[in-house]
Amino acid sequence: MTPAIALNPELATISRVIILVALTFYAFSFIVLAWALTKRAGGQGKKDKFANRLDNIGLVLMGVGVVANGAGVLTRGIAANRVPWANMYEFSISGAFIASAIFLLTLLFRDLKFISSFLAGFLVLIIGSANTLFYVQVESLLPALQDYWLVIHVSVAILATAFFTIGATLSLIHILKETKRITSSKGKAAKAFTKLLKVFPKSEKLERTYYQFNIIGFILWSFTLIAGAIWADKAWHRFWGWDTKEVWTFIIWTIYAAYLHATTTKGWDGKRAAWLSLIGFLAIIFNFTIVNLYFKGLHVYSGI
Amino acid sequence: MSSSRQSKYVVRKEYSEPIEAPDLSLKSWARWLWRQLTSMRIALFLLMFLAIASVPGSVFPQRSADPNGVVLYFKNNPDLALWLDNFQLFDVYSSTWFSAIYILLFISLIGCVIPRVGVHYKALRSDPPAAPTNLSRLLSYKKLDATEKNLEKAIEYLKKRKFKVVSTKTEIRAEKGYLRETGNLFFHLSLIGVLIAVGLGGGLSYAGQRVLVEGDTFVNNEASYDFLAPGLLFDKNSFEPFSLRLDSFSTTYDYKNPNNYGKPMDFIAKVSTKNSPTDLETKGQIRVNEPLHLPGAKVYITGNGYAPEIVVRDKDGVVSFSGPVVFLPQDGNLTSLGAIKVPDANPDQFGMLAFFYPTVAKLDTGALTSNHPYPWDPLMTMNVYVGDLGLDTGMAVNAYKLDTHTMKQVAGGKSGTKALQLKYGETVELPQGLGTVEFKDLKRFASIDITYNPLDVWVLFFALTTLFGLVLMLIIPRRRVWVKISKDSVEVGALTKSKDKTLDKLVKDVAKSLKKKSK
Repeated sequence: MTPAIALNPELATISRVIILVALTFYAFSFIVLAWALTKRAGGQGKKDKFANRLDNIGLVLMGVGVVANGAGVLTRGIAANRVPWANMYEFSISGAFIASAIFLLTLLFRDLKFISSFLAGFLVLIIGSANTLFYVQVESLLPALQDYWLVIHVSVAILATAFFTIGATLSLIHILKETKRITSSKGKAAKAFTKLLKVFPKSEKLERTYYQFNIIGFILWSFTLIAGAIWADKAWHRFWGWDTKEVWTFIIWTIYAAYLHATTTKGWDGKRAAWLSLIGFLAIIFNFTIVNLYFKGLHVYSGI
Repeated sequence: MSSSRQSKYVVRKEYSEPIEAPDLSLKSWARWLWRQLTSMRIALFLLMFLAIASVPGSVFPQRSADPNGVVLYFKNNPDLALWLDNFQLFDVYSSTWFSAIYILLFISLIGCVIPRVGVHYKALRSDPPAAPTNLSRLLSYKKLDATEKNLEKAIEYLKKRKFKVVSTKTEIRAEKGYLRETGNLFFHLSLIGVLIAVGLGGGLSYAGQRVLVEGDTFVNNEASYDFLAPGLLFDKNSFEPFSLRLDSFSTTYDYKNPNNYGKPMDFIAKVSTKNSPTDLETKGQIRVNEPLHLPGAKVYITGNGYAPEIVVRDKDGVVSFSGPVVFLPQDGNLTSLGAIKVPDANPDQFGMLAFFYPTVAKLDTGALTSNHPYPWDPLMTMNVYVGDLGLDTGMAVNAYKLDTHTMKQVAGGKSGTKALQLKYGETVELPQGLGTVEFKDLKRFASIDITYNPLDVWVLFFALTTLFGLVLMLIIPRRRVWVKISKDSVEVGALTKSKDKTLDKLVKDVAKSLKKKSK
């Protein structure tokens, strides 16, 4: 008889409060960073001192948010007595932490400040929906999830998702910049928006940067798929069985493989590859939300 | 999948060639088709098609993954289901159209990669190519004064940077990052390996199921399986002669944490195995993430439930049925349904449809239910039917179901007699003088899945080499650098196949070394 692992529901409650603190900081960070962006669009671009100051304040707020987010994830893990990524709520808070931590680390050696407002907005969205839609009380793992592959398979999936998230944000900006309907429109709103788009780096630079994020994401995603197959062979007596989640993991892999081919295909301009990069990310979001909640399959761990 | 993008800056040649009348012979059509199929563009479209074609398999239940879901779908939407079935939408991943896409992709992959192996092999052994006519059209370019031509320093610099360097009097040709293409080929060849190992492994493998009640022994041969799905190439005479006895099956429940009170935390099947009839017995266990490895098979537990032991006696006390009956679980609290068949009863055969509640409770409606999977307060209820059990026709009959069509109900429902209720250990009287029935004991059963795939190790091996190739092809940059000296200038130009911004720096550094003075 294996003794039951002790849960700590009080600590889980504290963890949830800490996560809400992180959400608050992310939200303020988003407001400040978005303000900086619009300020730049209306003013002198990169040289706008006020906008630069706003940027710094926004990033500090995001930094505090990341620390709180990390503390929330850690306490959740201690409360559950296991890795904190066994259901959608936990996957969301861990994913948000990893994405923002990678982003801030990247800033140390690469200038990606220009997407910080997008990322902050995305973090608010994830943590917000985690807290309102996906929240579940802390519970022990089902026998099927009690395995060290949970640590490996899911953590790498989270990491891959974080890289793809940043890649997708950059490709979205690339697509907008290259959309003639916006950039050559005479409408007032379109003109203002075009001005805003000019704040971002040139398309080629964007293309190069998100290519790098996407290839790291792709390697990690391939690993996720293989690790998942090894675990499936242990837990479900086959390494591949076209379970809905397996199908979508495969679809996402295929879309990003198509993206990689598109970047080296003659006659395909960068924008079409950018679309594939964005579609791949939309498939990830679909896989995480719709497939988890509404599709029938073996990966039933939303807890909702 | 075909070779990477040539520099878009190279002048296109075909304009200068005379236009020929299109050749419409079969051979040229075939060549055209082959060229199309192995082009990057088509590979790209096939990949997208494959992604899109996979979607319906996640929307509609699949016979391979969720056979009950398909049955249910047919029941709920009979017309739509038939229509969908015409398009093989319940068997997406073995459908003709899905197969067509991946076979085309497979051919495209082979047709693309194999020739590249030869090309790359030659490139590895030959010198970097001569400089293009116009260096200024390259991705990165710098023009220097005619005086800045310290070729030695430049060569030294390039060699230090691990370039393969060849030089003539007027030119330096350098290239590095061959591992990128090696990795790329390694990745694609490994992918072919994965596909072959999966395909062939599927043919050589088998998967089977068997339900074992505590105390039962399974002997590995075709007849022992309740369900067996052998691959096309599997030889049914080659089952390894192991045997396995289920000694006990137990579930651990959590009663400590209110958040998962009463939930199962662990399933353990204790087993005794023999690798062959003459071998010694070995004790072992199987848990959810812990299959048992036996020679030529892996054994898993995939389900469990209760098998109450029932004894039926006729009115004279003669035993007409005795043994454990497997009851199929209907919910998480193991409310279970079983069929007890008494073919040897005299004068008429009869059978019972029985519900088993491990911890019985009453709903507001008066119906019974179970509120815990552990047998804290077990109860069995039985409806009794008299008539032909249909066991003598020679047709296969579902052991877990009782076909009551031609039978007459004598207890439970509208028969006028109440359904029988038995607690653990109790014996009750059957109606109409049929005798007695006893709930003698309670055993557990486990569904055992047995799988064999001789190539799964190879699938894993090729999957890992795929990953290795992927890392090489994506992180190693490949570059070509040329230095060209003419009467009035020195030029440096560079090309890359991967997107990176360090190319300009490379050209700058080469230029710097050219400017150096020899000591």
